[in-house]
Amino acid sequence: MGGNPPDTWQTHHGAEVQTQYIGPGFTESLHDLYVEEGWYELFTPELLQTVSHDGVPHMVLINLHRSNILWYNKPLLIEHAVRVGETLSYDELFEIADHLQNSGVAALCMGDAGIWANGIMFENTLVGVMGPERYLGLWEGTTAFTDADIRQAITTYSRLLDYLNADHAALSWDQAVDKLLDGGCAFYSMGDWAYGELTQAGMIDHEDFGWVPHPGTENTNILVTDGFTLAKGAPNPEAARNMLRVMGQRAVQQEFNLLKGSICARSDCDRSAFSPYLQWAMDSYNTTVSIPTVVHGSAAPADFRQALNDALTDFVVRRDEEAFAATLAREAKASGFGQ
Amino acid sequence: MPTAAVRLWASRHKALIILVPSLLLTAIFVYGFIGTSFFFSLTNWRTLAVDLSLRDPIWQTYADMMAMPRFQADLRNTVVFTVLFIALAIALGLFLAILLDRQFKGRSFFRSAFLFPYALSFIVTGVVWRWIFNPETGINLFFDMLGINRGLEALGMDPLSPGWTTDPEVILSINQALAALWPGGASFQIEWGIPVALIPVAIAATWQLSGFVMAMYLGGLASIEASVRDAARIDGAGEWRTYRSVIIPMLTPITISTAIILLHVSLKIFDLVFAMSGVGPGFATDVPAIFVFEMMFTAARYNLGTAASIVMLAASCLVIVPYLIHTFKSRE
Repeated sequence: MGGNPPDTWQTHHGAEVQTQYIGPGFTESLHDLYVEEGWYELFTPELLQTVSHDGVPHMVLINLHRSNILWYNKPLLIEHAVRVGETLSYDELFEIADHLQNSGVAALCMGDAGIWANGIMFENTLVGVMGPERYLGLWEGTTAFTDADIRQAITTYSRLLDYLNADHAALSWDQAVDKLLDGGCAFYSMGDWAYGELTQAGMIDHEDFGWVPHPGTENTNILVTDGFTLAKGAPNPEAARNMLRVMGQRAVQQEFNLLKGSICARSDCDRSAFSPYLQWAMDSYNTTVSIPTVVHGSAAPADFRQALNDALTDFVVRRDEEAFAATLAREAKASGFGQ
Repeated sequence: MPTAAVRLWASRHKALIILVPSLLLTAIFVYGFIGTSFFFSLTNWRTLAVDLSLRDPIWQTYADMMAMPRFQADLRNTVVFTVLFIALAIALGLFLAILLDRQFKGRSFFRSAFLFPYALSFIVTGVVWRWIFNPETGINLFFDMLGINRGLEALGMDPLSPGWTTDPEVILSINQALAALWPGGASFQIEWGIPVALIPVAIAATWQLSGFVMAMYLGGLASIEASVRDAARIDGAGEWRTYRSVIIPMLTPITISTAIILLHVSLKIFDLVFAMSGVGPGFATDVPAIFVFEMMFTAARYNLGTAASIVMLAASCLVIVPYLIHTFKSRE
């Protein structure tokens, strides 16, 4: 806006890059780079569409996160004689949660000093209760924010809030991961960037911790990505292009994602180089429906995301379901979508 | 070569010529920008793409903002924080100044020690006090270590473990009184009272600023002549009475200037709260400056962010303008 852009910057796919940056004309087409590097064949058409404007890509994706995972502390659950299978329903989760609560263990981990962490649990529950089609309808204008499904999701989410660790407001999302590791709480609904924290702490998949999809989202992948753009009027366009070229390389994506706890945005990374969780995430990505996250800006514009965060900050304390639903409906309209 | 007429004009208008650059800069960078911000607050601009069309009705952004529970909480928090912070800082600063006003060994050491926090950045203060008030790892541990909690439990009471900045409770709510006074009072979406989480923030701000208040009062105390105290003593006033009836009233001008300075710190406060507690649980510690920051830079709602900043400006003017008028009048 000030006419002095950085060469490139990190952003998320979908609404964030499309409405904030590409739409107003802040970015350059990367068509020639995609042709030179052969990226049109290496990124799936679904992904390409989320970083494109009129069919022309304006961003290079470096990683794919899955946002809807329920992590758990395995030794802690064994200690309390809880067994978790491949999936978990809300009824099963609440049953386990009551059991744990009665033994004095906080069933759910949360670190919502940055409220978006609680937003992840809300978003996951929203998708889990409504299903992906109706969730997508919220952003496309075919599902109303006043819908009964939304009220149901809010009620379920509100029930989940009863099981949080008492100090959730004092912790950041990653401190809540530490709490999970230390056995201070049992389950954590969080994206797989938490996996990066877990492996950095030396924890071993299936031994120290386990995971299931967030209840109700078994066939859905709530996608969170990171990628880079090229600014219109970039001071060093050649250097920026070269950097994007590097970020799109297979070797780079493979190394980067091993550390980040995410999978490659390119479709040709070597599956066997990845850990058990990441292999699971790759398989799940390939067999489920990917839908955009609202918490990380892909489903709706920035003004709505802020409004959701503010409504959540209020709701976590006041628990007024009606006011929460009404605020979402009003803000969606003000933001230019919804019914 | 300047002619005699030009030279004469220049010498007559020397003051004006010297002032022009700063007047021009102030006009552009202060009043021009305030005007621009005010204009933005009336537009439809709420994405990164600039949209300067006017909203219809034109004050709608202000109306929306006043209806937001978050902004209502911000206004409440500003009032509560201001009162707590100014009262605590002045009380503590005055107390320290009176202690240091007597001659004793190590006086200058304590003066520097008490003034030292003032040299820190609010961000540093915020981070340190965030740790201190962390409910799991902060001062709550002392309640365990010092045996206070064991004592309480022995008496059959709950152990002491305040949530500090994570406590969402609002005490001494006046909502019912408001509703009784005014029919619209029942429709407030927030509790009008004292958010408990704001108290630790006021304590941190007091810790940082009370040294400054002390320095102000030390200056004031130094200007009170010994004969005044002697006179009070001759009249039979004890130490306490001398301060209460003579010294503290004589310090009133200092108290007023200090309160005004603290007030503008409190109205503008951002960094301390941002580092220490952020918006807090249920916006218990949110302040207008954080609201402006988030609306501008994360939500890209430029009209709303500028509207809030205009409200902040108006709030400061409410206090500063009468003070300036008073100052100019007393100079004349």
